[in-house]
Amino acid sequence: MNNYSIVTKDLTKRFGSFTATDAITFEVGQGEIFGFLGANGAGKTTAMRMLCGLLKPSSGEAKVAGYDIYTQTEQIKKRIGYMSQKFSLYEDLTVKENIRFYGGIYGLSNQQIKEKTHALLDRLQLEKEARQLVSSLPLGWKQKLSFSIALLHDPSIVFLDEPTGGVDPITRRQFWDLIYESADKGVTIFVTTHYMDEAEYCNRISIMVDGKIKALDTPAGLKKQFNAESMNDVFLQLARAKS
Amino acid sequence: MQQFFVFVRKECYHIFRDKRTLLILFGMPLVLIILFGFAITNEIHHAQIAVLDQSRDSYSQRLVRKMTASRYFEVNRYLSSYKEIGPAFRQGDVKLVVVIPGRFAHSFEHEKVAAVQLLTDASDPNTATTLINYANAMIIQYQQELTGEIKLPLTIRSEIQMVYNPSLKGVFLFVPGVMTLILMLVSAMMTSITITREKELGTMEILLVSPLKPVMIIAGKVVPYIVLSFIISLIILAMGTWVFAMPVKGSLLLLLLECILFGLTALSLGILISSMTNSQQTAMMISLMGLMLPTVLLSGFVFPLESMPKPLQVVANVLPAKWFNIILKDVMLKGAGLRQVWMPTAILCGMTVFFLAVSIRKFKIRLS
Repeated sequence: MNNYSIVTKDLTKRFGSFTATDAITFEVGQGEIFGFLGANGAGKTTAMRMLCGLLKPSSGEAKVAGYDIYTQTEQIKKRIGYMSQKFSLYEDLTVKENIRFYGGIYGLSNQQIKEKTHALLDRLQLEKEARQLVSSLPLGWKQKLSFSIALLHDPSIVFLDEPTGGVDPITRRQFWDLIYESADKGVTIFVTTHYMDEAEYCNRISIMVDGKIKALDTPAGLKKQFNAESMNDVFLQLARAKS
Repeated sequence: MQQFFVFVRKECYHIFRDKRTLLILFGMPLVLIILFGFAITNEIHHAQIAVLDQSRDSYSQRLVRKMTASRYFEVNRYLSSYKEIGPAFRQGDVKLVVVIPGRFAHSFEHEKVAAVQLLTDASDPNTATTLINYANAMIIQYQQELTGEIKLPLTIRSEIQMVYNPSLKGVFLFVPGVMTLILMLVSAMMTSITITREKELGTMEILLVSPLKPVMIIAGKVVPYIVLSFIISLIILAMGTWVFAMPVKGSLLLLLLECILFGLTALSLGILISSMTNSQQTAMMISLMGLMLPTVLLSGFVFPLESMPKPLQVVANVLPAKWFNIILKDVMLKGAGLRQVWMPTAILCGMTVFFLAVSIRKFKIRLS
């Protein structure tokens, strides 16, 4: 069990009489890219928020990075990175100030922040823009920056909540190169997405319908299982079965 | 601790890079003080009057001279008949008409009774009353000058002394009022907006996922505003004393501590507002309608509380502004010490604790 970074068992969240996530059970291995798919309102975000410690589950168990999500949220918070669907940098701060701020709140030392800033700007080729306000950057760059900042404190897991919304396919591809790079270094990637082409990039994917996980396998495995040409077909079959 | 400083520094970037915020923070107090100090005042100078003098004798002329010798009245025109009074008012400049009937001196000398009629434009009742009072006072004075010290069989003489504000300066009322208003605006509205902004932008989520404790997030956001509101109180106090010669009779230290206390009360209100809503717009509307308006209307700074209907007076008790206003006036004008203002101080402390307790309950550590 030790090489799993996320383990959940019957994880459930109810809001009043509405069950947002219904007894979901899955494991994510260390360094795996785990795609979390589902239509709007299927319960993806709720599940992710529980794993990040933003929401208390109603019942069930889960461990993130080996820590219990009920009692050890403080330890979990130090080991996870998070990038939300809303753009999560401060527009009125410069690139450098954003990096400094997020490094600072994760408790990195000045020396570490300096080194990491340098490395990050170098990797994203943003040295020239380091002193510009983030608001002046194009969306795709902002998102890459946002992702890199989520990785600043070397988390063992990053949660990406629809990270590539509104971005053109080329930038999306570049964004995924960054994701692969991190996964190669052993960082677990937990990503929700709408885009079926992105689903193909994941090692394994789960598809949620009405709060339940209806399918969980590698993209190839799923296509075989549902006898479908593409992930899109798989998704449509599941979504239609519902209605 | 380092996390905290990083946070405060970020907050300062937000404040100093946003021109709108800066304008509200520093432009507003200046404009309000200047407006209330110089332009908006309930004192009356150079009110335009019209005179219908049907006697034209030395007594009536002396009366008119007496009235215009003060800086309160200025003769706008002389009328020649009653018919002209209506048009004179309607033209708008004339606020008061003094009618002196014929044979004024004669009646005074021989009948011992002389009448003067005062007509005033009461479309603005406050001004009308004030003008009548001024005019009455002058007529009585004039009468005393004429009669000298005639011993009347029985007289009650009222000796009037205006304590704490002998020259009845309106500014003395407005400086505390503006201070209350500005501290409320800066502390409550700005904090509620800055917190809801993080929620709206989605950065609040990122902060909550980080190891920062929620209390630290709120403190980090609020501390810069505590400092700012303190600086602003200093600016207002300085303007009050140097520009408007408003005295600080009580202890300056006590006054500043009370300013900080009220700043905290307003901040806790701001935090409370931000825990109720997720949108900057709503936060701003709640602050403006729910806080600013009652502060202006019910804190006793524009309209006297004593003359309000009972239910409104009860509502005013709930407003921190009312109590802070009392403290400010007592300490600045009456030289009161903590012993005299302990009650409003205790009320403000209580309110602060209450607001914070409610917001902590409402502020969900896990955003659900």
